[in-house]
Amino acid sequence: MADMSEIDKRFDIHEIAKNKKADLDRFECNIYCCHSTGCKSSGSDEIIDLIKQALADHDVEDKVRIVPTGCMGLCAQGPLLRVEIKGRKDVLFKRLEPLVARLVITEYVVPALKTPAEEEFPVPEFLQPHILSLDLPFFTKQEKVVLKDAGNLDPEDIQEYIAHGGYLALEKVLKTMTPEQVVQEIKKSGLRGRGGGGFSTGMKWELAAKVKTDGDKFIICNGDEGDPGAYMDRSILEGNPHAVIEGMMIAAYAIGATEGWFYVRAEYPLAVERLEKAIKACKKTRLLGNNIMGTDFSFNIDIRLGAGAFVCGEETALIRSIEGNRGTPRPRPPYPTDKGLWGKPSCVNNVETLGNVAPIILKGADWFASFGTETSKGTKVFALTGQVEHSGLIEVPMGTTINEIVNEIGGGVPNGKKLKAVQTGGPSGGVIPVEYMDLPVCYEELKKVGSIMGSGGMIVMDDTSNMVNIANFYLDFTVDESCGKCAPCRIGGKQMLLLLEKINKGKGSKQDIEDLRRIATAMQKASLCGLGQTAPNPVLSTLRFFENEYLEKVGEKPAQQAAEEK
Amino acid sequence: MTEVSLASQVAAKWRKKRGSLIMALHEIQDVKGYVPWEDAYQIAEEMGIPLARIYEVLTFYNFFKLDAPGKAVISVCTGTACYLKGNDKVLEEFKKELNIGEGESTPDRMFHLQCVRCVGCCGLAPVCVVNGKTYGRVTPNDVRNILDEWRSKLDEDKE
Repeated sequence: MADMSEIDKRFDIHEIAKNKKADLDRFECNIYCCHSTGCKSSGSDEIIDLIKQALADHDVEDKVRIVPTGCMGLCAQGPLLRVEIKGRKDVLFKRLEPLVARLVITEYVVPALKTPAEEEFPVPEFLQPHILSLDLPFFTKQEKVVLKDAGNLDPEDIQEYIAHGGYLALEKVLKTMTPEQVVQEIKKSGLRGRGGGGFSTGMKWELAAKVKTDGDKFIICNGDEGDPGAYMDRSILEGNPHAVIEGMMIAAYAIGATEGWFYVRAEYPLAVERLEKAIKACKKTRLLGNNIMGTDFSFNIDIRLGAGAFVCGEETALIRSIEGNRGTPRPRPPYPTDKGLWGKPSCVNNVETLGNVAPIILKGADWFASFGTETSKGTKVFALTGQVEHSGLIEVPMGTTINEIVNEIGGGVPNGKKLKAVQTGGPSGGVIPVEYMDLPVCYEELKKVGSIMGSGGMIVMDDTSNMVNIANFYLDFTVDESCGKCAPCRIGGKQMLLLLEKINKGKGSKQDIEDLRRIATAMQKASLCGLGQTAPNPVLSTLRFFENEYLEKVGEKPAQQAAEEK
Repeated sequence: MTEVSLASQVAAKWRKKRGSLIMALHEIQDVKGYVPWEDAYQIAEEMGIPLARIYEVLTFYNFFKLDAPGKAVISVCTGTACYLKGNDKVLEEFKKELNIGEGESTPDRMFHLQCVRCVGCCGLAPVCVVNGKTYGRVTPNDVRNILDEWRSKLDEDKE
């Protein structure tokens, strides 16, 4: 190959990777400090400053590197710090306080670096209470695809992402594959939309690619993660924004999009900031703009913020919102792939979906399809929260059972309480009672028990949770967030909420429960968009599995108890 | 040279871009804490968007405020994890301490109390955010300390 000119070298990802790797190899120790919203609010900024100071005091700055990273998962134990010394086992420190952080440097890192590598250097006794074992099932039972690099690199450094193999998938696609081949590869992988719908991503791309247009065609990334109790997309954007951008660029190439849009919640300032920095870095490295990597492919990305409307997670509402209107959905068809943003064909993909794209291209559809079940391939990120010991962000293969997730990875329910149910799918989902704990988590199985996969919130409830209250909580949310455009959702939701409140106050009757069911069914059938169609799910599913609690509230004896008394 | 108003600057920045109304309104609220009527009017004039549509957008999205809030905006998360872990009690404590309701400001314009949908820190539930600073694992007992912290911070700013 002919010599590259100096300019080409500056923008060649292999050159960047080579130089960065050489640069990183100089360090004998890497200290990764979680620097996402969760750990930041537990004080990781201060910890990072203190560690920098301690490293300077001991004159080891050229040997030790401190890396602010994305979410490491166990948010409840933050701030988290992982110390990786060459030739030694990684040590993870939890709930760090400023003084302890300094001691980690002075009493562990510095002396360990002075000790010959073949000699053991255990972490001093007094630091032991701050160690979180990396052998916990929380870490070992996970399978990371999307989150693989989230806790291992600085999300604000594009070179580090490239050194970790970033943008290689883009290069492969641009230089060796046709758009049709990309679509086929994604189709073959079995990847389905991670935002909740579960529609085949490859199929969506195929539809979008087929639409002929002489003007714009858009790819939109849906980062309007509105489900309460869910923060997967925030963590992905904060932890590895380039992975999502790369996925979007590959999607754009596959469908022939001219421009990309990120729609992110305004409640996620850090995710927006990191995304902005990442896009800027891409432009500087010529990974965005005209003739990317010297090919005919030209592409640009812009960000638009949400403004606190849950319904904007619905794709047609999202499009209305980017256009600068009220975020009200419209009937489909026409689907956005035909008529989307400003009437132009647009493909809307979720953050996590796009995060899966680059690994599939690099490792192949068969590798991806080796995870998961017959119909749900790959892995899924969940925000495991509520009454569970290890609350945090996890990624598991599709088909992992609820029991494995809650009791093994999550470490079970704390305070000696008993597990009662798990809620998935947020306000559009349902509760899954403890009897179904061996249910494999995948799109179809969750649907069978009246819940949905949703975007990945998984909320653990112990035996103190009252299910009528839970249904009330979710319905209150969806009634408030209903855009008011269609009557079934606007009126039905409100009437259901009034009935629930009446029942909750002990003033309800058996007839009210029947009315709840009737309105719920009408809403499911007649609402315009996903919000209204799924809003009754929390009520219906709690009614299905915990009808007793409703009956108790209206003063009726549960059927079983009544039978026994006879 | 006359000073160019914030609304004019924002309008000039976004006028030619597509899908820019919400972004422009965000920029005004970022600086002023709410979107004053005069600014909305100016945006309408200078970006060529009907005032009615701006009003429509401002009232549709929860994020936008039409009135000046207190100096310290307290956001109590009402997401599911926070709900399960008892954030309703924390909210009650704030109401009691400040003697105001949800969505209201104290008469001295010091504090504004609001409920927000999930802030995405569920691992730390229950969570409150004051002017961008996140507090995790909050109990009703912490409420007074949080308020005191912000009272002294706001006093310092005054001096």
